[in-house]
Amino acid sequence: MNLRRLGGLVQKEFLQIRRDPSAIGIAFFLPLFLLFLFGYGVSLDAHRVPIAVVVDHPTPQTSAFVGELNQSQYFQPLTLPTIHAAQQAVMNRQADGILWLRADFSRQILQGNTASIGILLNGVDANNARIVSGYLQGAWQNWLEQRALGDAAPLIIPVNAKTRIWFNPAVRSRYYLVPGLIAVIMTLIGALLTALVVAREWERGTMEALMASPVTMLEILLGKLIPYFLMGFGGLLLSVALAVWVFGVPLVGSLWLLLFCSSLFLLVALGMGLLISSVARNQFVAGQIAIIVTFLPAFILSGFIFDIQSMPAPIRLLTHIVAARYYVSILQTLFLAGNIWPIILWNSLALFLMALLFLGITLKRSHKRLD
Amino acid sequence: MPAQNPPVTDPPLRFLGVHKDFQRGKDRVAALNGLDLELAAGKITGLLGPDGAGKTTLLRLAAGLLRPSSGQVLIFGQDITQQSGEHAPAIGYMPQRFGLYEDLSVQENLDLYSKLQGLDPSQAQQRQRELLQLTALGPFGSRRAGALSGGMKQKLGLACALLRTPQLLLLDEPTVGVDPIARRELWNIILGLRQEGTTVLLSTAYFDEAERCDAIVLLHQGNILQQGRPDHFTTPLQGRTFQVQHPSLRRRFLQESLQQRPGVLDARIIAGGVRVLLAKDVQPPKEQEEIWITAPPAFADAFMDLFASVPASPPAEIAASADAADQIPVNTPSRNTAGTDETEIVIQVQDLCKRFGNFTAVQNSSFAIHKGEIFGLLGGNGAGKTTTFRMLCGLLPPSAGSLLVAGVDMRKASSQARARIGYVAQKFALYGNLSVDQNLRFFAAAYGLQGKLREQRLGKARQDFQLHEYGSVNADDLPLGVKQRLALACALLHNPDILFLDEATSGVDPLTRREFWQRINSLAAQGVTVLVTTHFMDEAEYCDQLVLMSLGAILAQGSPSDLRQLAKTPENLEPSMEEAFIHLIDAHERQIRRAS
Repeated sequence: MNLRRLGGLVQKEFLQIRRDPSAIGIAFFLPLFLLFLFGYGVSLDAHRVPIAVVVDHPTPQTSAFVGELNQSQYFQPLTLPTIHAAQQAVMNRQADGILWLRADFSRQILQGNTASIGILLNGVDANNARIVSGYLQGAWQNWLEQRALGDAAPLIIPVNAKTRIWFNPAVRSRYYLVPGLIAVIMTLIGALLTALVVAREWERGTMEALMASPVTMLEILLGKLIPYFLMGFGGLLLSVALAVWVFGVPLVGSLWLLLFCSSLFLLVALGMGLLISSVARNQFVAGQIAIIVTFLPAFILSGFIFDIQSMPAPIRLLTHIVAARYYVSILQTLFLAGNIWPIILWNSLALFLMALLFLGITLKRSHKRLD
Repeated sequence: MPAQNPPVTDPPLRFLGVHKDFQRGKDRVAALNGLDLELAAGKITGLLGPDGAGKTTLLRLAAGLLRPSSGQVLIFGQDITQQSGEHAPAIGYMPQRFGLYEDLSVQENLDLYSKLQGLDPSQAQQRQRELLQLTALGPFGSRRAGALSGGMKQKLGLACALLRTPQLLLLDEPTVGVDPIARRELWNIILGLRQEGTTVLLSTAYFDEAERCDAIVLLHQGNILQQGRPDHFTTPLQGRTFQVQHPSLRRRFLQESLQQRPGVLDARIIAGGVRVLLAKDVQPPKEQEEIWITAPPAFADAFMDLFASVPASPPAEIAASADAADQIPVNTPSRNTAGTDETEIVIQVQDLCKRFGNFTAVQNSSFAIHKGEIFGLLGGNGAGKTTTFRMLCGLLPPSAGSLLVAGVDMRKASSQARARIGYVAQKFALYGNLSVDQNLRFFAAAYGLQGKLREQRLGKARQDFQLHEYGSVNADDLPLGVKQRLALACALLHNPDILFLDEATSGVDPLTRREFWQRINSLAAQGVTVLVTTHFMDEAEYCDQLVLMSLGAILAQGSPSDLRQLAKTPENLEPSMEEAFIHLIDAHERQIRRAS
């Protein structure tokens, strides 16, 4: 190992990154774009859902209930005269659902019976429909309770569930999406960018010239590892800063622990990137493989957006070989729950083993030869 | 800084029974078959041979980039498999694509390789200064390698390989795709290195370069066909080489006629007429009016002699050249006037200009091309050849001037003219993962051929270009020569009147090039107008008319002999085409520099 040679390689890599717009695009603009997209744009919460309200027979009782909906941040009621008009509105996608208070609503209530409300939801977006249904029931129950308080009449509900939501009391999806996104960004820099730049050296014939010089294979690998590790770390700091200061995600756990675990994951990603480039020697193939085996799994199978527990068993099993899964778990824990050691230790161990595995195979597979 | 001479006992490079094979699909293909080789210290050795002979494999083995399947490669007596990269003796290696980082400047590339070669900073600075001076790249230190011309890239690649003052320098086709001026400069550097005691091994496709080497190794199918000093190759040919002239017949027709005569192994057009190589113990098959002068044999003759007598080379190639010759109608002297219709102008270019922003790529070009002519566009890298070519094909709109192709104004109805044009691009533009048949069918469909006519044309193409046996082979897996035949076949499916060839012989070996030119000649004889751009000055001799371009302007035009006349000086009464090229371009560029 010769430090001057290694220094030359690292310096060269930084010069290339600075001059190559596509590297800057992948390392900086794509992460920023994703962060802002997920921070501001994508939300898994239902907000201001347009809902058609049909009241067959308006009375003080019905307007009290509709008033309740009006005040809620979750709904945007749209009062329509008939159920037909409401159905039409759902068809035209002006409303995501219908709340129907029938003619006998007030009568039932005044008689002290249980009045029923009709809820009709557009199930095309299944996830949204489920959320809206829950919200509407919640609003209904809320209203009932308040009425009971006002009437001083006992409300008989056999089991009263008291819900408390831990770690993310406001149930904002942004709070877990933004930390999870860090795993995607690090995969992007560590695996995709690295695989591409090594493949480019093969494509342009510079790898052949490197190998004909006294440089050792370890130096060539470190010459890629060091710059892209630093780049990835830069991406991490940027993402954490944006998460905390711009998107207001709390960082409950230790920052140092976060940086340590992230370094582990970065090594795994770099290991995957280098391994891919030792198999695929042109940029197109390297890019395809990197996207399919690293980037997409980090998106889909890591628990970043889709809950792993609700996946079918075989796919759940598959997620165990996705490094991002362990990292996402660490990220969400550290950001929202704090230093919960059992989770962090086990997941870190998994990352450590994977880093060893990928970097080990890469080193073993790399010969300073063309055949 | 002269290279330290190693002990005399160990040759710089030695191959002992080296076999090397590669896995290709399911088969193992042998690249080298038990090769034995020993390089003489302090000499320049040239490596020649057709495509796929194993030149690059040999160089990569010597550079330690490949391991021999069996046998030994010794560098200064040391087995290459037993040394780590750290302690390798000083080998300089320049791969075919130079190994430069295009995003890095000239200086940054040199700095990087200085560090990689383990030079300490003061030593590196000193050496870099020397090399920048040697290569005349000094003024371009801050320019990015990607923005350099082909010749300058080559020199920079060479400088990077020379940083550690190697005792053994390995160069893989250092002059491919480089114009004659850059080639001359590169050779001056290489000859200078020999004086310092460096041993050089280089592969090349140029015969004139082979003659400048101290020793030549001729490879064929992974083995050495012959080796020795250049005169070792040429002396046996004494008395078998002639220069033939004819008072009235055009050189092209004379060449065709000679090629078909019994006992003629090779006939090619050169400055003074047609050069003929006869088989052993054959009397010159002289015909009336012809003047036969004995000429000293050259390496090109030896090469043709050896390969004409090697039956192992793909039989199709030889059959092809014979067939191509057969198709030519019986040659009569009258064809020198009637064969080409001198009156009909097929392409007329007047004051053609092309500007890209502030940059003028082509300025005020005017020329006319007649039917059945072979018309050559010559010029260095960046002279404006390709831009002119693209405008003629209707791929680029001109900025100013008029452009008539086959009587059609390209500015108005280029698609109409395009139906009458065939185009072979530098990289052949074939679909690599489609088979030969599929490629042919695709191009037939692209030209709108249907039904019986299509089948007839496809059949003719397969017949004319000997593609039958390759029908189901993917274009990527074809030998380069066959690939070139296929590209030509595809471009000719619609019987175009005009054929454009853009550097179609770049990187193709001499045998294939010869065969290719035979086909072009016979096409021209059938009345097809052919436009070519080329780096090979010997190919320029095949053209009827030439245009020499430099920095976007036409320097000279006329027949090859007109151009050679222009370069005549008291010191050089009979300049070759290459010398003429260098002379004219040098003079022009000096003038431009003085003016600015």
